[in-house]
Amino acid sequence: MKKTVLDQRRAPIYEALERFRQMRVVPFDVPGHKHGRGNPELTAFLGERCVGVDVNSMKPLDNLCHPISVIREAEELASDAFGASHAFLMVGGTTSSVQSMILSVCKRGDEIILPRNVHRSVINALVLCGAVPVYVNPEVEQRLGISLGMRRSQVEKAVREHPRAVAVLVNNPTYYGVCSDLKAIVKIAHDAGMLCLVDEAHGTHLYFGENMPISAMAAGADISAVSMHKSGGSLTQSSLLLTGPGVSTGHVRQIINLTQTTSGSYLLMSSLDISRRNLALRGKTVFSRVVEMAEYAREEINAIGGYDAFGKEIINGDSIYDFDATKLSVHTRDIGLAGIEVYDILREEYDIQIEFGDIGNILAYLSMGDRPQELERLVSALADIRRRYRKDSSGLLSQEYIDPTVVCSPQEAFYAEKTSVPIENSAGHVCSEFVMCYPPGIPILAPGERITTQILDYIKYAKSKGCSLTGPEDPEILNLNVLTRGI
Amino acid sequence: MELWFSEFHAPNVKHSLRVNKHLYSGVSDYQQIDIFDTPEFGKVLTLEGKVMLTERDEFIYDEMITHVPMAVHPNVLDILVIGAGDGGVVKELTRYHSVRRIDLIEMDPQVVEVCRTYLPENASQLDDERVHIHYGNALRFIRRCSEEYDLIIVDSTDPFGPSEGLFTREFYASCCNALREDGIMVNQQGSPFYSHDAEAMQRSHKRIVSTFPISRIYQAHIPTYAAGYWLFGFASKKYHPIDDLDAKRWLSLGLKTKYYTTRLHVGSFYLPAFLEEMLMEVENAE
Repeated sequence: MKKTVLDQRRAPIYEALERFRQMRVVPFDVPGHKHGRGNPELTAFLGERCVGVDVNSMKPLDNLCHPISVIREAEELASDAFGASHAFLMVGGTTSSVQSMILSVCKRGDEIILPRNVHRSVINALVLCGAVPVYVNPEVEQRLGISLGMRRSQVEKAVREHPRAVAVLVNNPTYYGVCSDLKAIVKIAHDAGMLCLVDEAHGTHLYFGENMPISAMAAGADISAVSMHKSGGSLTQSSLLLTGPGVSTGHVRQIINLTQTTSGSYLLMSSLDISRRNLALRGKTVFSRVVEMAEYAREEINAIGGYDAFGKEIINGDSIYDFDATKLSVHTRDIGLAGIEVYDILREEYDIQIEFGDIGNILAYLSMGDRPQELERLVSALADIRRRYRKDSSGLLSQEYIDPTVVCSPQEAFYAEKTSVPIENSAGHVCSEFVMCYPPGIPILAPGERITTQILDYIKYAKSKGCSLTGPEDPEILNLNVLTRGI
Repeated sequence: MELWFSEFHAPNVKHSLRVNKHLYSGVSDYQQIDIFDTPEFGKVLTLEGKVMLTERDEFIYDEMITHVPMAVHPNVLDILVIGAGDGGVVKELTRYHSVRRIDLIEMDPQVVEVCRTYLPENASQLDDERVHIHYGNALRFIRRCSEEYDLIIVDSTDPFGPSEGLFTREFYASCCNALREDGIMVNQQGSPFYSHDAEAMQRSHKRIVSTFPISRIYQAHIPTYAAGYWLFGFASKKYHPIDDLDAKRWLSLGLKTKYYTTRLHVGSFYLPAFLEEMLMEVENAE
């Protein structure tokens, strides 16, 4: 049923906070800093206006656990803006959105079909709920060394082989901007009686920009986790969880309330509200500017020589069904440097912080806050790095997709009896913890997977190039926890 | 009625000029541009509320940023001037007949227009046939140049606004690449007096030191700039600013100046102790 069109110029939470400010209510409730008065140093640092609205749930400001007034209105406006049946404001990062999404549809023993290049939060959710991952091998672009989307035929195969799986999860897009054929995958899932879940941590702008890859809700997916704080412009840790018509909002709300705070931050919620308004009113212009800047930067970087700032030309109709042109990824191997090395040089020598560097690529995150003059700096710095550091690229490892062997569910592995072994002796064992390069935060090893020498070589190489490896209990990653009773 | 223009030279220090008349005020795509007529300093150009030049003291800046490198490099043919849309630097440079080409890259066409209208004296040589004005981003322009210039003069605004990119390692490296093997780059380095400026000066000096084999700082006294005390950077691939000064050659040109002399040239590289210490700090870190 088509909803009545809502007035996207409204921002109910923001408006309620402004009203609240004017009422000069005497606070005999939490937080204890009492509009900042009790913590002058914090107030001096963050500003009176900011701490003055760091307040608790109360009647005029609604309650995130059970919204009935202004938060509910803000959620309705957000669902209208994103074309969803319902939108939940989330304050625990998109990690909490992803986990609530998965916990809403999976329980212990259920199978869920997903690409291996998922964010750690997805597998963490499997540890929590006990579902079993069925990995679809995301194709790897051989030259660039990046994981792509899922091919339709591979999803069909997984669905055929695991007919009892409850859902298919899709990245839309990946960190690098690669999109699968989401519409087709939704259909494959629905035809098999499965739900389609979408990780749109990097996809907020798909809902507002023109000529963008299709968004989850437009493609008919059932649930999507949307990182408003990335391309949407809201504060870090604020996020949205969108649901389609076939999903019970009451059930999803119950699941969210299992783990989400009962003291939802009004700073985060108002930032979601104001950002949604901005996107709904001005998103089209904002993102066409971002795409324009990204296209300009690609041209300039490619003119330097040696770098490959790739764009829509990599689209192949299947595993790269579409490409998000706001993403500025640059392949650096041909100048003889690993992406992570370029990432470090940019920060250390040019004071330029980019989103991440992996083995073969860097990613500069462009958004509504960027200006052409900073792009010129980035391009000039890359030109200088090439002049100063260019070397032979042979000997640089390319990033291969390592097909994981799932021995048991992440939950089983995570809670099983385990032993710590030196990493070099760990091949053949079943890992009980994560190993990942961060960012992008995609696991190299997840709990329940067999450790192989190929994986160990990759970890060693990534370490030697300066990648920040995280996950294991041993922060130095000299030891790995493995299942005591190898399976 | 009293009308004053004021500018913060530091958070707790204000510098004010009495104003006869506010002649022009406009906002370009990049910045706020104003021209004031003042009793003491004549016409004054400000960008974003900061004094760029006054008719009364512009000669100090323009002479020191041009004649110092010109008296060192024996044969300057091709010059790139960055910023400097007011035309003051170009005016000094066009006095050298041996110069073949002056490329000027200015971000903001409106600055040039306003200066042509309100400071015609200053902008008078922008129409010299050797001068080629390019409008656009300097980083972008210079990225495409390789061993093309004998001298690059960076006449930027301060490093906290639209000129920020001209104080970066990537910019200095591109300048180095755009210079011939004996090329010189001179830039305005701000003031070392107030801490905010001093830190920015140290940061950019550090970047220049790590880019050019020779890098020295020299000073001048400019009443309308912060603390009345200004620095320039002399960076070069080959020539030393004092050892390679050819005073005889320069004097033989017979250029009349109001501030620069070849004796002052040498003296301007002798710096106060506190400044030497600040520079050593970053030079040693390299």
